[in-house]
Amino acid sequence: MIPLLSVSDLSVGFGRKAEANEVVRGVSFDLADGQTLAIVGESGSGKSVTALSINRLVDFGGGKITGGSIRLRRGDGGVLDLAGAAEPQLTKIRGAEIGMIFQEPMTSLNPVLSIGTQIAESFRLHRGLTGRQAIAAAKDALDRVRIPDAARRLKYTPNQLSGGMLQRVMIATALACNPRLLIADEPTTALDVTVQAQIMALLAELKRETDMSMIFITHDIGLVAGIADKVMVMQNGQAVEQGELNQILDHPRHAYTQHLLHAVPHFASGKATRSDGRREKAPDAEPALKVDGLAVRYPVRSGLFGRATGAVHAVDGVDFELMPGETLAIVGESGSGKSTTARAVLGLVRSTRGSFSASVRKAAAGQSALPIQMVFQNPYASLNPRLTIESILAEPVIASGGRVNAETRARMTTLLKRVGLPENSLERYPHEFSGGQRQRLCIARALMLNPSVVVLDEAVSALDVSVQARVLELLVDLQREFGLAYLFISHDMAVVERIAHRIAVIYAGQIVEIGDAKSVLSAPRHAYTKKLIAAVPTIERRRQRFELDTRQVPSLVRPLGFEPGPAKWDVFGSDHRVRIEG
Amino acid sequence: MRILKAIFAHTSGRIGGFIVGLYLLLAMLGLFGLTPHNPLTQYRVDRLHAPSAAYWMGTDLFGRDVASRLMTGIGQSFTVAFFSVAFATLAGTVLGLAAAWFGRRWDGLLMRIMDVLLAFPAILLALLIVAVAGPGTWTSVLAIGIVYTPIFTRVVRGPALSLKAREFVDAARTFGSSSGYILTRHLLLNLVAPLTVQVTLALAWALLTEAGLSFLGLGTQPPAASLGLMLSDSRNLMETAPWLMIFPGIAIMISILGFNLLGDALRDILDPKMRRAIA
Amino acid sequence: MTYLLRRLAVFPLVLIGVSIVVFVAIRMVPGDAITAMLGTEAGLLTPQQRAALAAYFGIDQPWFVQYGRWLLGLLHGDLGISTTYGRPVLDVILERFPLTLELALLSMLIALVVGVPAGVFAATRNEKLSDLGVRIAAMIGQSTPNFVLALLIIYTLSAGFGVLPAMGEFAPLWQDPLRNLGQLILPAITLGFAFAASVTRISRSAMLDVLSDDYVRTARSKGASARSVIWRHALPNALIPVVTLSGIEFGYLLGGAVIVEQIYALPGLGRLVLDAILQRDYALVQGCVLFIAFNFMIVNLLVDLAYAALDPRIRLGEN
Repeated sequence: MIPLLSVSDLSVGFGRKAEANEVVRGVSFDLADGQTLAIVGESGSGKSVTALSINRLVDFGGGKITGGSIRLRRGDGGVLDLAGAAEPQLTKIRGAEIGMIFQEPMTSLNPVLSIGTQIAESFRLHRGLTGRQAIAAAKDALDRVRIPDAARRLKYTPNQLSGGMLQRVMIATALACNPRLLIADEPTTALDVTVQAQIMALLAELKRETDMSMIFITHDIGLVAGIADKVMVMQNGQAVEQGELNQILDHPRHAYTQHLLHAVPHFASGKATRSDGRREKAPDAEPALKVDGLAVRYPVRSGLFGRATGAVHAVDGVDFELMPGETLAIVGESGSGKSTTARAVLGLVRSTRGSFSASVRKAAAGQSALPIQMVFQNPYASLNPRLTIESILAEPVIASGGRVNAETRARMTTLLKRVGLPENSLERYPHEFSGGQRQRLCIARALMLNPSVVVLDEAVSALDVSVQARVLELLVDLQREFGLAYLFISHDMAVVERIAHRIAVIYAGQIVEIGDAKSVLSAPRHAYTKKLIAAVPTIERRRQRFELDTRQVPSLVRPLGFEPGPAKWDVFGSDHRVRIEG
Repeated sequence: MRILKAIFAHTSGRIGGFIVGLYLLLAMLGLFGLTPHNPLTQYRVDRLHAPSAAYWMGTDLFGRDVASRLMTGIGQSFTVAFFSVAFATLAGTVLGLAAAWFGRRWDGLLMRIMDVLLAFPAILLALLIVAVAGPGTWTSVLAIGIVYTPIFTRVVRGPALSLKAREFVDAARTFGSSSGYILTRHLLLNLVAPLTVQVTLALAWALLTEAGLSFLGLGTQPPAASLGLMLSDSRNLMETAPWLMIFPGIAIMISILGFNLLGDALRDILDPKMRRAIA
Repeated sequence: MTYLLRRLAVFPLVLIGVSIVVFVAIRMVPGDAITAMLGTEAGLLTPQQRAALAAYFGIDQPWFVQYGRWLLGLLHGDLGISTTYGRPVLDVILERFPLTLELALLSMLIALVVGVPAGVFAATRNEKLSDLGVRIAAMIGQSTPNFVLALLIIYTLSAGFGVLPAMGEFAPLWQDPLRNLGQLILPAITLGFAFAASVTRISRSAMLDVLSDDYVRTARSKGASARSVIWRHALPNALIPVVTLSGIEFGYLLGGAVIVEQIYALPGLGRLVLDAILQRDYALVQGCVLFIAFNFMIVNLLVDLAYAALDPRIRLGEN
C-alpha cells in the first residue's frame, strides 16, 4: 500500500537566494494511515518549516522548496506531489485533506470574527454548506471537541475564551472536514501543563475515532512518549535520527538524541531531585528570607465612576522560610500568583499585607549589599538594548551608592568568567549575545552586589531545552560556591525537579502544599498537586491516557472586605505540609 | 557615522538625504546672502522677466530675482521649521516623560490638556496664536512649536509607558536605581530612535504649516521673502507669469518630500518592526 | 459601554478648557473690537458712544464676567452676537457649516475610495514593481501641500483648457445640486489628494502587518483563497488604523480648510474663523472654535464607535 504521505529529500530555503540559505536539508519520511509521527527539535532545527512545507504554507513566509518531493495519496487514490502543486490545487487540499493547528491559539484565530463563523468557513469552503447548515455543522464540530454549551459559544469571539478552549476551537476547525492528515505544530507549548494534558487527551481520542494520521511537532521529547508511533529528531535542518517510538526512546543511536534524552531535564516523579539539602545539617540556622502572611490584592473597579466593588486576591496569605544555600521552588500555573509573590518580595508590586525579613550577610569590604536580587523570565527584555554590558553590570553598583573603579571592574570580569562569558564582553551590547548568554549576563548582574537571596522568575523558561540544562547547572554551581538561597518560580516540573530542595505548590493565590522536593513530587497529597503532577509528560509514561476534565479555575475575585479563614495544615513526615480545604 | 551609512544604503534614505542636504545648502546660502542677486533689489526694467540666463527663475512684479528670493525664502522657512520643531521636541519630551513617569492624575491632566490642543486643526491653532502675538518669524516659531507639542507628547508618552513596564526597568528598581538614572538611561536613551524619526517627519509638517501661514499673510512679513508669500503673490499673475507660482510651489513640495523620504528611511533603519519569520 | 460613557463625561471638561483658552487668547489680541468693526469711522465716535457700543456687545466687563455670561448664554444655546455680522453667532456658523461638512465628506469619500484599494493592492504586491509605483505616488501625494495643488490645478485648467473653476455665488446642495457639485469637486479633489495618499500608505502598512499575523496563516491552512484571505480575514483587522487616520483628518476638515476655501473663494467655516480673528469678532471666534472643537470630539466619538463595531475586543471593554 502506498503511504499516505511520502516526503523524500526535502530541502527548503528562505529569501532571494533560497538555494544558498536552506534551513531544511534533505529530510525524508513516510507516514501511513492512522500513524502519528513526532518531529522533535529545538528552535532553528527546521521542524516547523518542514511541517509548513507539507501544506505549502511556507510559501507565504518567504520560504521556497528547493528540492525533493512531498507525495500525498489523495482521497481518490491518486498521488500528487505537493512540492510542485499550483496554488489553486493547494487551496482545495488545505483544510479538506490536510488540517493544521498552531502553537499560539490566542493569536491563531481571527479576533474580529465569531468562532462559529470561523469553524463554519471550513464547511463553506470544502463542503459547500451555507447559512444554517454551516452553522449547525460548526456546532457539531464544537461538540466533538467537548466544548460544553456549544450552541451559545458559537457566537463568542476569541477574546472571550481561554487558551485551552481556543486550542479546542482550532482543533474543531482543523478537523471540520475530516482531513486524513493533521499537522500539529507545538499545539500545547503556550498552554499550562494541566491544559496541555487535556489537549493531548482530546487529540488522542479524536485520532482513535477518525483514524487520521498526525504529524506532531514539539521541542519536548517527554511529550512524544504519550502520543507518537514514530519519532524523527531534527537538528540544524537535518533529520539526524528516526524510528519507532520505543526504539528512539530506549536505544537512541545519534549523539544529539542521546543528549536530548539524558542531558535535558525530564520529569522523573521525584527520582531526580537534589540530594544536597541543608535543612537537616543546620536545623537552627537563621533563614535568609522569611515571608509571613503575604497578600496582594487589586481592587476591581466598575461603573461610571470606577468605584471599587471587589478585589482580586492575587496572592492571599502566603508564608514560607528560605534557608541560606537552599532552593525553594514555587510552582503553579498561569494566574496562580507565583510571579506576583516573587515581585512582591522584591517590592515591584505593593503587598496589601504581610512582612518580609531578609538577612543581610556581610558584604565584602567597600561594598554595600542588597540582600535580594532578581533574574527575570525574558532575557531579551531584561537588558537595556542601548547600554554596554559594562554599564549594565555597573548599574547595581551605582544604584547602591558605589563607584565604578578598578575593583568593580575586576569583579565584573571575574563574574563574567564565572558565568561562562567571553572576557571581551564588557564593551559589547546585549543584542550581540544569544538568549542563554543574556540570561547568564542577568545572573552576573544579580550577583554584582553579593546578595544572599536570588529570585529567579521563570528564569530558564524562555530558553531552548539544551541551553536550559546548562544554565541550571550553572545556577547549582553558583549556589554551592556563594551559598546563595534561590526562590525559583516556575511552571515547569521537570526543571523544578532538577534544582529545588523544597517545593511550594501555589494555586489560586494560596500555597496548597509545601515541603521537601522528593516528598512532594513522589508522593503528592493535595488534589491539585496530584492533578498537576499527573499531567506532566514523562518519557516513562508511554501512550498514556489522559482523563478529560473541563472544570474551570476558580475566580480570584472576592467581595470587598473578604478575608480567608486561617489555613489548616496536615503534616506528613519531617518536612511536608498540605493545606486542608475547608 | 553608522547611521549615515545606513541612510545611504537605503534607497529612499539616499534620495531624501540628498534633497535635505541640497536644501540645507540653499538655505545657508540664502541666509548668508550668497544669492545670485540681492533678493530685495528691484530691477524695474526687468519686471516680470521670464526665466533666463541672468534671472534663472525669472523676476516678479517688482523686478526682484525669483531665484534669489527662493533661496532666502528657503532659509527663512527652514529657520522657522527647525526652531519650532526643536521647541516641540523639547516641550513634548518633557511633558510626555512627566505624564508617563508620574502616571495617574498627572498623566490624566496632561493628556487632557493635550486633547484640548489637539481638538484644533493645526493651522487654526497657529492662526489663533499668530493673531494674539502678531505676525512675524518668531511668532511662527512659537505657533508651530505649540501646535506640534501635543504630537511629541504622545510620541514620547506611549513608548515611555511601555519602556517603564519593561523588565530592565523592573530590574533597575530591584537594584534601587534612582529615578533620574532610570529616566535618562532606561527611558530617554531608548526614545532617541523614535524621536529622531518623529523630528524628521515633523520638519516636513512644520515647513507645510509655515508655508500655509505665510500664504495667508500671517507668517513672514513682506518685503522679506518666504515660499508661502511668494506663492500667494503669484495667484493674480498666474497666466502671465506662471514661473512665479511653479518654482516656489515645486520648491515647497520637494522640501517636504525630502523630509518625508528621510523620515521613512529612518523609521525603517531605527525602528525595524520585528518581522516574524515563519520558522 | 462604560468606556463610551466615560468618554462622554470628559466632553464638557475639554470644551470648557477649549473655551477658556480661546476666551483668554482672543482678548490678548492687540487692538479693540470696536475699532476693528468700524474701521476708520471708529475715530468719529464719542467716548460715550463707544462705551454704549461696548456695553451692547458686553465687552465692557472684565474677562471672567464676560466668560460667565457667555457660559450662561451657552446653556440656553446662545453664543452671543457677532460684531461683524450683527447677527447671532450660531446662525452665522450654521449658515457656513453645510459647505464645510459637504466638502469634508466629499474629500473623505475620495480618500477612502482611492486609498484603501490602492493600499491593499500594494500590500499584496509587496516589493514588486506595482507596489513601488503605488508607494512613490503616495509619497508624492503626501508631500504636496493642498494650496500648491490647488494653484497647480487652477493653472493647468486655465492655461491648458482655458477654463476657470466655477466660482461666484455659492449654491447650496439643496438648491442647485449640479452647480454645487461643480463648485465643490475641485476643492474636494484638492483636499482629498494628500488624504488619499495617507490612507494608501496606512492601509498598505496595516495590511502588511496583518498579513503576517497568525490567524491569516490559519485561514490559509483552512484552504481559504487568496481573495478571501485579503478581504474577509485581513482587511477588517487592518481597518482600525485607517479609521483612526480618517477620523482625525475628517475631524480637522470639519474645522474648515482655510487656505483651500480662500483659493477657491468658498464661504466655509475656515474663512469665517480667519476673518473673525482678523476682525477681532470675539463672540464669533469663540463660537466657531467651540463649534469646531465640539465637532472634533463628536468625530472622535464616532471613531470609537467604529472601533467597537470593527473589533469585539474593544466592544467588550478590554483596553
